[in-house]
Amino acid sequence: MRPRATHDIVLASAVLVAITGLALGVIAIGGHPVLPALAALLRGSFGSPFAFFSATLVRATPLILLGLAVGLAFRAGVLNIGGEGQFHAGACAAVTVGLALGGSLPRPLSILVTVAAGTAGGALWAGIAAILKRSFGVLEVISTLMLNFVAALAVSFLVRGPLQEPTHVYPYPPALNPSLQLPTLAADTRLHIGFLAALGLAFGLWWVLRTTARGFRLRVVGAGAAAARSAGRVDVTGVVTAAFLASGAIAGFAGAVEVTGVTHRLFEGISPGYGYSAIAVALLARLHPLAIIGTGIFFGALEAGGAAMQRDAGVPAQFALIVEALVVLCVLAIDRLGPRTSEGTQ
Amino acid sequence: MTVPAPALHLRGISKRFGSTLALDDVSFTVASGTLHALLGENGAGKTTLMRIAFGLARCDHGSIEVDGTEHHFHSSADAIAAGLGMVHQHFMLVPALTVTENIVLGDCGFFGGFHPSRAAERVRQLCEETGLGVDPLARVSELAVGAQQRVEILKAVSRNARLLIFDEPTAVLTPRETDELYSWLRVFVRGGGTVVLITHKLREALTLADDVTVLRRGRSVLQSTVHAVDEAQVVSALLGEGPALRTPSPVRVNRTTGDTVLSATSVTVADTQGSERLHGVNALVRAGEIVGIAGVEGAGQWELLRVLAGRVTPQSGSVRLPAHIGFVPEDRLRDAIIPEMTLAENVVLPRAGGLHGRIAWSTYAEKARALALDHGVRPPDARAVGTLSGGNQQKFVLARELEGSPEALVVENPTRGLDIRASDDVLERLRAARDTGCAVVMYSSDLEEIVSLADRMLVCFNGTVIETPVDTACVGRAMIGLS
Repeated sequence: MRPRATHDIVLASAVLVAITGLALGVIAIGGHPVLPALAALLRGSFGSPFAFFSATLVRATPLILLGLAVGLAFRAGVLNIGGEGQFHAGACAAVTVGLALGGSLPRPLSILVTVAAGTAGGALWAGIAAILKRSFGVLEVISTLMLNFVAALAVSFLVRGPLQEPTHVYPYPPALNPSLQLPTLAADTRLHIGFLAALGLAFGLWWVLRTTARGFRLRVVGAGAAAARSAGRVDVTGVVTAAFLASGAIAGFAGAVEVTGVTHRLFEGISPGYGYSAIAVALLARLHPLAIIGTGIFFGALEAGGAAMQRDAGVPAQFALIVEALVVLCVLAIDRLGPRTSEGTQ
Repeated sequence: MTVPAPALHLRGISKRFGSTLALDDVSFTVASGTLHALLGENGAGKTTLMRIAFGLARCDHGSIEVDGTEHHFHSSADAIAAGLGMVHQHFMLVPALTVTENIVLGDCGFFGGFHPSRAAERVRQLCEETGLGVDPLARVSELAVGAQQRVEILKAVSRNARLLIFDEPTAVLTPRETDELYSWLRVFVRGGGTVVLITHKLREALTLADDVTVLRRGRSVLQSTVHAVDEAQVVSALLGEGPALRTPSPVRVNRTTGDTVLSATSVTVADTQGSERLHGVNALVRAGEIVGIAGVEGAGQWELLRVLAGRVTPQSGSVRLPAHIGFVPEDRLRDAIIPEMTLAENVVLPRAGGLHGRIAWSTYAEKARALALDHGVRPPDARAVGTLSGGNQQKFVLARELEGSPEALVVENPTRGLDIRASDDVLERLRAARDTGCAVVMYSSDLEEIVSLADRMLVCFNGTVIETPVDTACVGRAMIGLS
């Protein structure tokens, strides 16, 4: 395990250095002054306690959760790239239930019910693709991707239709009742307990994959379905379906956490592509749940810093997207060069 | 009276693959308007010879004449242009396209036109002329195997093939489809066509063919008209004189009283395409014996082994299997281990389906190490199983499957790809397992190996299973359908 871990860390560092270099090149080519842009990027992500806790970590929360969702599915060999859609489905379900609840229940209970609704919504959305795969052999890459667009359009419909605020002027529903809003971790920060939930879930998944029979079955199916079936007599279809649903549930949970913890309402574009960034988050972490915490924070910092760069140095925020794309390409390229790995047990 | 030039004349063909001489100065003549059977055991060189004749492979030495003219084929397109056609064992069809599309595919150039209705009409005419019935508009993926084969034939005939080469055409067919194919072949030959039939099935070949050629280990050992030879001569040509056995099994156990461990009664198994691979088969394995299984490719042994290992559930019939059966499949990298996982994880793999709760990894790591040391798997502290050599992987799989003294062990080609030392080691382990009371079932495509090890032999032929004496000649005869 030791040499492996060292190898992975060296590899990840090399990727980061390469990406930073490429990123600076992109800024320079775009005709922007490199140093002020870089300063703005750092200021907006790590420059102050406020930047770190209220911008970087707040953005890292959905990225970590969605990264875990993607990572879990990929470990089982399910290429669920529908985190974005499942996130939207979770947000819609949470807001729908939350608006119906209003302030009728005590705070912890109403939060629990709302978040549970979002989790179920995400699982249900993934379930559509899971059924298509199971019954008709539809590739999940295609079905989950298509369902992302359906989900985004469903949000558009909801915020202009059934859930629209009473005056029918603005394309969003009323804000959630304060009793449904997640508590923040400190008085003067936007960081909410959803971040702790993300950390807890990462450690939980890591433990499950590493030590339990269920986790082992999932890894075995992902690494060699034929051997799992023949040598292990594992119910491969069952494991694949379960992983698919669990992945969707986590993504739905992420959507529910976002509306109850940050935005407090539903609107179009509630996710600036978190579901897609999460694929990069998971791949850069080589699908390891604990590493996803690190890569999630890194991407959160990029998004926060990218926003600051646009504000302070005039570099378009799309710059952050370019960097994310570069990360995916670098990881995929380097993955072919390095030895094949799977996170071991010991 | 002039003798017409032979439809196909191969002269002095030699072909080397690496260090093995696959064909050694083989000459092969097919008279026009005859059905010629090309016989030989697995690996005798039949398919290689025909691939050379059809332009799919190049020979190192030798020449090819078609209808008296010498040809140098650079690809199968050249052979098709010269009037040859080949129906491969594994069909070369595009499943998503229709029958018509498959037949005209390759006829229309890159910019050529394609008129669906006109092409379909042409195919319909072709079906009528040839008497091969297929729906021109059906999708190939929806056709039965026999119909797919007719499409292959139509493909060749539509390109004016006058000589058709069939590579084991009946291996995938049901008995009825086989009869239909044979009667069509007779008609085709009567109409002036020529057929080369590569086959394992001796008796069928002898009743159907006009001439016969036998290859053994890359040499042509018999070429004659069917009337001039009898079955015994062909068999001795096929199998060679006086079977030179490796050292026979030191101890052959003759058990008729041991407890029955594995039993299958009137078992029928169909493949995913619905064609039957085993028909009403009975098999029985007792504790403390090694039952050898033999059969030519596709004779049903693959299914039989998996039924006995509990990996395939038969469509009908009953099986009685113990709770703990070890299984060593042939494709170990795909079906037995997960190469990128650790030894410990691969030791747990057979239990993966039934485990609950937490897995005691440290215990299994100990166990993996102990197994590796015990069975001489080197290095015993390898991290991933995929880093082991092939022989060590096989030792590891066998060690794992034997661990916990299973009541039965089913192994498939356990020495494939191993050197002599590693092979002997594996065979010794199997004998040791038998001696401790395990019911062992072993398939090997190496006839001498299986005969030297087995206490009893079951031979698969065409989806049926018969028991034969433990003797290469008897087993060899049964494999080609002679009793």
